[in-house]
Amino acid sequence: MEIDPFIFRLSIFILSIFIGYYVVWSVTPSLHTPLMSVTNAISSVIIIGAIIAALAGESENIFDTANIFGFLAIILAAVNIFGGFLVTQRMLAMYKKKIDKK
Amino acid sequence: MISANLLAVFYLISGVLFILALRGLSSPETSRQGNLFGIIGMFIAISVTIISVGNFSIGFLYLIILMIIGGLVGTFIAFKIPMTAMPELVAGFHSLVGLAAVFVAISAFLNPDVFNLGTKGNIKIASLIEMSLGASIGAITFTGSVIAFLKLRGIMSGSPITFFGQHYLNLMLGLILIGFIYYLCKTQIDTCFWIIIIISFLLGILLIVPIGGADMPVVISMLNSYSGWAAAGIGFTLENTALIITGALVGSSGAILSYIMCKGMNRSFFNVILGGWGVTDQTSSSGSKEQKPIKSGNADDAAFLMKNASSVIIVPGYGMAVAQAQHALREMVDVLKKNGVKVKYAIHPVAGRMPGHMNVLLAEANVPYDEVFELEEINNDFANCDVAYVIGANDVTNPVAKTDPQSPIYGMPILDVEKSKSVLFVKRSLSPGYAGIDNDLFYRDNTLMLFADAKKMTEEIIKNL
Repeated sequence: MEIDPFIFRLSIFILSIFIGYYVVWSVTPSLHTPLMSVTNAISSVIIIGAIIAALAGESENIFDTANIFGFLAIILAAVNIFGGFLVTQRMLAMYKKKIDKK
Repeated sequence: MISANLLAVFYLISGVLFILALRGLSSPETSRQGNLFGIIGMFIAISVTIISVGNFSIGFLYLIILMIIGGLVGTFIAFKIPMTAMPELVAGFHSLVGLAAVFVAISAFLNPDVFNLGTKGNIKIASLIEMSLGASIGAITFTGSVIAFLKLRGIMSGSPITFFGQHYLNLMLGLILIGFIYYLCKTQIDTCFWIIIIISFLLGILLIVPIGGADMPVVISMLNSYSGWAAAGIGFTLENTALIITGALVGSSGAILSYIMCKGMNRSFFNVILGGWGVTDQTSSSGSKEQKPIKSGNADDAAFLMKNASSVIIVPGYGMAVAQAQHALREMVDVLKKNGVKVKYAIHPVAGRMPGHMNVLLAEANVPYDEVFELEEINNDFANCDVAYVIGANDVTNPVAKTDPQSPIYGMPILDVEKSKSVLFVKRSLSPGYAGIDNDLFYRDNTLMLFADAKKMTEEIIKNL
C-alpha cells in the first residue's frame, strides 16, 4: 500500500502548527505588532499560487478569466509583501536600547 | 525548468527561513536579522516559482509590471503610514491576503488542469473541498478585515452593532455554506462555487460588526489567524509545501495572539466573538450615577507632584495614540530624568487597538525598550512608586475588576495604579471607558484628575517643570 501524498502534506501542516505554536510563544510581547505585520507579509507567499495561475496555459491565450484572477492576486500580494516587510523593518529599526541612545 | 523535487526543496528552504523570521522576534536585537530571513525566503519562493512555470512570454512582462506596481504601492504605504495608524494598516493588509486567496482559488477552479487538479467539471473531490475552504476563509478574512479597517479608521462607528437573532443567522449561514460545499463536490456546478464565496463575504461582515472598538486587538489577531488558514487551504489545493508551512505558522501565530488578548481581558474567545459588550451596562450605570467628589488639578499641580517624586510610572493607553502624545510624553520623561526622577512605563496587554500597539508608539518616540514593562513585570512596583501618570488608559486601571464581582470587567487583570502614592489621570472628561463602567479610581483620595487632551496636558506639564 502506498501512502497518499495528502497524508504527507497533512503531516507537514500539523508539525508546522506546532512549530508556530512554540516559536510564537517565545516572541516578546513588546514585538507583537511587528509579529503581526511580518506574519502578514509572509502569508502573502500565496503569490506563488497567483503566479502559476497567471502564467499558466497557452502563451497566446494569457487573458483567460482564470489568468486575470491570477494577475489581480499578484498585485494584491505584491502590495502586501513589500508593504509588510518594509513596515516591519521600519518598526524594528525604532526599538533601541538605553545604551545605544547616547 | 527545474524538477519538481528541486522545487519542493526550495519551497522547504523558504519555509524554514519564514520560521527563522518569526524566531528572530524573540528579542529586539535579533528581530532585524529575522526580518531579513523572511525577505530572502520570499525572494526564493517567488523566483523558483517563476522559473518552474518557465513561461517567459508576454505574460511574464505583465507579471513583472504588476509586481512593480504593487511593490511601489506597498512601499509607499509602508513609509508614509504614521505609527498610530498601524492597527488599521494591518487590518487593511489582512484584507488583501484574504482577497488574493479568493482570487487564486477562483483561478484554480476555472482552470484546474494547470494545477493538476483534474479537468473542468471533473475536479478531484479532495481538491474541491480544499479549494472551497481556502476561498471561503479567504472571503471571510477579506470582508471581516474591511469592516475592522473601517471601524479602526473611524469611518464606521466603533460601537458594536447587534440585532435580534444575529448569532442564529450566522450559524445558519455557516450551515448553508457547508451544505453548498457538499453539493459542489457532488455536482461540480459553477454556481455553487460562486454562492459559497458570496455567503462567505456576507459572513465576514456579520461576524465583525457586533464587535466593539476595544475588542479590536482580539479581532485583528483573529483575522491574522484566518489569513493564515486561508493560505494553508490554498496550499493544500496547489499541493505546495511553502504555502502549507507558512499558512500553519501564521494561523497558529494569530490564534496565540487572540488567546493572549482574551486572557488580558479575562474573557473567553467566544464571549468576544459573540460581541456586544457593555451595551446593556451603559444605560444602567448612567441612570444610577450619583455625584461623587473628585479632585481635579492643572498642569502646575501635576508638574509639582512629579518633580518632587523619586519614582514615576507612566501608564499609556489608547487615548495616547489618539492624541499622538507619545513624543510629548518622552520629552516630559526626559525632563523628569534630568531632575533625578526614576521613570518606567507600564503596559497592559490589551492597551491600544492591537497587540503591542503601545510598545511601537513608545519605540517611535525613542523610548528605550528596556524602560518599558509588561503587566506582570511591573505590577508590584506600583506600591513603591510616588506618582502614576495614567495617560489615555482607563478600564485597564479600574480597581473594580478586583473588588466587584457584579462588574462586567471583574477578574480582568489590571495595573495596580491605585497602590501608588498619587495618581495623575489625564482624561478629557469623566465619561466611562469602553466597558461602560465608572472607574473607581476617579474618586480616590490620592487621584488627581487632569481634564485635558493628553498631548496638550503633557506639553503644559513640560512648561511647568
